[in-house]
Amino acid sequence: MSLKYEDVIAKYEPVLGLEVHVELGTASKMFCGCNTIFGAEPNTQTCPVCLGLPGALPVVNEKAIEYTIMIGLALNCSIAPFSRFARKNYFYPDMPKNFQTSQYDEPICINGFLDVEIDTDEGIKKFRVEIERVHMEEDTGKSLHMGGATGRIHGADYSLLDYNRAGIPLVEIVTKIVPGTGKYAPEVARAYVAELRDILRSLNVSDVKMEQGSLRCDANVSLRLIGSDVLGTRSETKNVNSLRSVERAVRGEMIRHAELLNKGERVVQETRHFQEDTGLTRSGRSKEQAEDYRYFPEPDLVPIVPDATWIETLRAALPEKPSTHRKRLQEAWSVPDKEMASMINADVLEIVEATVNLGADPAKARGWWLGEIARIANEKDVTAADLPITPKDVAEIVALVAAGELTDKLARQVIEAVIAGEGRPSEVIETRGIKVVSDDGALMAAIEKAIAAQPEVAEKVRGGNLPAAGALIGAVMKETEGQADAAKVRELLLKHLGQ
Amino acid sequence: MAEISRDDVANLARLARIDMAPAELDHLASELGVILNAVARVQEVAGQNVPPTSHPLPLQNVYRKDEVTPSLTPEAALSAAPASEEQRFKVPKILGEEA
Amino acid sequence: MIIKRNAADMAAALASGETTSVALTQAHLDRIAEVDKEVHAFLHVDSEGALAQAALADKKRAAGEKLSPLAGIPLALKDVMVQKGIPTTCGSKMLEGWRPPYDSTVVSKLRAADVVILGKTNMDEFAMGSSTENSAYGPTHNPWDLSRIPGGSGGGSSASLAAFEAPLAIGTDTGGSIRQPAAVTGTVGVKPTYGGVSRYGLVAFSSSLDQAGPCARTVLDAALLHEVIAGHDPKDSTSINAPVPAIVAAAKNGNVKGLKIGVIKELQGEGYQAGVLNRFNESLELLAGLGAEIVEVSCPYFEYALAAYYLIAPSECSSNLARFDAMRYGIRVGDASGVSAEEVMNLTREVGFGREVKRRIILGTYALSSGYYDAYYGSAQKVRTLIKQDFDNAFLKADVLVSPTAPTTAFKIGEKADDPIAMYLNDIATIPVNMAGICGMSLPSGLAEEDNLPTGFQIMAPAMKDDRLYNVGAALEAALLSKWGAPILSHVSGLGARA
Ligand SMILES: [Zn+2]
Repeated sequence: MSLKYEDVIAKYEPVLGLEVHVELGTASKMFCGCNTIFGAEPNTQTCPVCLGLPGALPVVNEKAIEYTIMIGLALNCSIAPFSRFARKNYFYPDMPKNFQTSQYDEPICINGFLDVEIDTDEGIKKFRVEIERVHMEEDTGKSLHMGGATGRIHGADYSLLDYNRAGIPLVEIVTKIVPGTGKYAPEVARAYVAELRDILRSLNVSDVKMEQGSLRCDANVSLRLIGSDVLGTRSETKNVNSLRSVERAVRGEMIRHAELLNKGERVVQETRHFQEDTGLTRSGRSKEQAEDYRYFPEPDLVPIVPDATWIETLRAALPEKPSTHRKRLQEAWSVPDKEMASMINADVLEIVEATVNLGADPAKARGWWLGEIARIANEKDVTAADLPITPKDVAEIVALVAAGELTDKLARQVIEAVIAGEGRPSEVIETRGIKVVSDDGALMAAIEKAIAAQPEVAEKVRGGNLPAAGALIGAVMKETEGQADAAKVRELLLKHLGQ
Repeated sequence: MAEISRDDVANLARLARIDMAPAELDHLASELGVILNAVARVQEVAGQNVPPTSHPLPLQNVYRKDEVTPSLTPEAALSAAPASEEQRFKVPKILGEEA
Repeated sequence: MIIKRNAADMAAALASGETTSVALTQAHLDRIAEVDKEVHAFLHVDSEGALAQAALADKKRAAGEKLSPLAGIPLALKDVMVQKGIPTTCGSKMLEGWRPPYDSTVVSKLRAADVVILGKTNMDEFAMGSSTENSAYGPTHNPWDLSRIPGGSGGGSSASLAAFEAPLAIGTDTGGSIRQPAAVTGTVGVKPTYGGVSRYGLVAFSSSLDQAGPCARTVLDAALLHEVIAGHDPKDSTSINAPVPAIVAAAKNGNVKGLKIGVIKELQGEGYQAGVLNRFNESLELLAGLGAEIVEVSCPYFEYALAAYYLIAPSECSSNLARFDAMRYGIRVGDASGVSAEEVMNLTREVGFGREVKRRIILGTYALSSGYYDAYYGSAQKVRTLIKQDFDNAFLKADVLVSPTAPTTAFKIGEKADDPIAMYLNDIATIPVNMAGICGMSLPSGLAEEDNLPTGFQIMAPAMKDDRLYNVGAALEAALLSKWGAPILSHVSGLGARA
């Protein structure tokens, strides 16, 4: 029986630290001119440099430096007047040189912060996450583990390596310990990663797709007894590749640590891997036998001494902060806090905005994305943004409803059909023959038919019992297969029955 | 003076991924001890106030434009591979976890 | 015999139509076939490729194309330099059979100048050594006495010149690997300013020290080759982006009148063979006779250079050589069912590397490891600063600095094989130049009276002042030639009647 979260936080204070790796969206790799297209055929985007062939030498991609400085500035960091690459030495088959060209004691950006807001028991509360450093490095290749039963590394007979990803520019953003989160540690972790992702997206420096690995989060968690200042041993959970998983991983690790500590056992300092299916972590490489990375300055690269005017130009060109942007939208759309929070939580703010920008009424756009579309997304266990329906589709539907050419009910059918892949809204309407029946003659025929079928109800309405009209309206709607405008039917019916 | 034990060398060999036999470890331990005693004299003059030199020339800010240049063909990339399969490098099973 | 001429004279013969590049190349291939069983300068001879390149040069000449001064001249390439499709082993079993899929920049420049590459020359494994005894493919023998070493690591290149197997060769110099072999074989070798010649495609030993350069039988030939391979390379971040000094002009107009020549007090005396010092002093007298002013300078920190070198070079090599792991290229040892990648790496590196290479990898791993970094690698980098300062001060007093190149003449094969420290002392006079990144030349200063073997005279100039080497070298060479009456290599005795 696992421990309850309330029992964990009653006794322990979580100590949280986050490391986020972001693949930059440059056209070419960090140190060579190879392409960076995701999903290319294996080993088609490699060269002597990124394969680590003997004799090959790296040359830094200027755009990667620029993007990293932009990230540092957006995270309120200082840009180091002098920084360098260093070699991190360890052997791993997916790393062609058996060292990673990274930054060590001289990172390019230091000492920043990012504020995040959490919906707490006491209302919206702000937490400041301090950034220790933002540094540049390179990604590794990808291995496929073959044979055995699981396709996992354990039990495999051999592995196949593809180095297309080796050398893609990577930025690592490391927080300081985030103090005072208390029971909200999982939510703070999630909100931080979400906010960071929004910032990176607004900077247009990465496609920040967690599911494709272009944004990856490692969560470091330890517990300390409330009232004690002795830090616990931390675990480092890798492979956390969705916002929801960030929250689950932190919560899960807090519970796991607490269970160990309560039993008088110790937490092992190790790397753990998050399992999407179970929400649990499993043990990875133990760090008991400490790795010794033997960092030293990369002799094949020269120091980075960014020009002050370059930095100021980049600073001046920074886009509006996502948090400021959200405040502005909230005001413009007059949305209450709670509903704003639910849009953020459902991760639909950006698509709603895009829909509004295409002319849709903010309340209607919000209503569709948070309502019908969110419901379908939920059913399919994906996010609304992943469904094959675009802001343009929704804006079109909103416009059709406003023009009286679709009823809400018909609009729902159109949305379902678009998501089912039947085409764009106009195509769905065309092929399904969906239209609002507003022709008085056709409606009157249906009304007379309904009255003939239920004469006693018609009598009641004639006698002034207006609510009874519902049954007749329902019959008309059924007869017209929902294509009639219910308000119009009601108007005609009541008039016909002398009301 | 620097004393290097066989265990020290074994640990270094592990870090350097070299599978040394015990006799080789012993031999290297004694050689390394001698060499380290000879090179340790750098410490005599390496004062606090001396800045380190890691690059012989004072170059800085050497970059390339973010432009895609041709890659090797996969055939060329894999041409020297001891083994390959499905256009990938085939390697023995990997024990460790990804870093 | 045309093969005994200098490259400049061969070029004149090609230009005048006296001979063709194909004939010249064939003459060298014949010479290699005749003597290389005894000398073992070459690891691979590319007869077919060389004759094809020669034919192309002849065709261009016949068509009246404008050609480089060395077009059609054969050259021997040190096996540390990558050449597309041609076996490149670096003298190591590890790379047995490896054919690189790309050209080094030096090779590209040689091709562009229509220089004919005869083949790859023997060397100490991964350029670690001073005798070429550390080659996995057996030692090279000194043409002056086949029982002696030809210097190292570039003993194959220097021996090929002294045996008239090639008029030009490419070497690389990390701590003296061009200059010391030149000294003990009676040839000329130049280590250009660090960054003067691209390192792209030079299989790295110690990245911050490695530098490729020309090897030849005369100062002018070295200058002509130096000019072909020098210049900025955007593929090498440490390449100097400035015009190459006018080295050929300097080699043609050697004149030391009024020049200040600084004799480094610390690079003579104890440990130097009497015959070496005698020839050095005679050369100084000749230079004084030509109008140079001889001054004495002191470089007190040079006594720490060897110690610092044997920390920096092994540290960098421990990282540079990590890529040889049996995964992507090179040999693979122990790959059997159930054996892991890690074990295969361990076994391959044990078998694939020779003793000296493993010794340096382990030493470098130690010097970089946490807890020892500051005491060893860090301190060595500080010594590097002090050595640079010594040079800076000395160059305030003199235009060039001079010393014997190597403390002794060629020793017997096997003589120092079991004493690494004694072996390391060979480089005592050449290492400071690499540590400071400046340029240096060795040229023959006559035969030592004790053993009738060649001695070398070293000239050192500030960074990017490589022309000064050629100016002084050409003046001294001319004075020595008129004193001797014939080039020193006319006395080469090891090959008996064939010499
Ligand atoms: Zn590449």
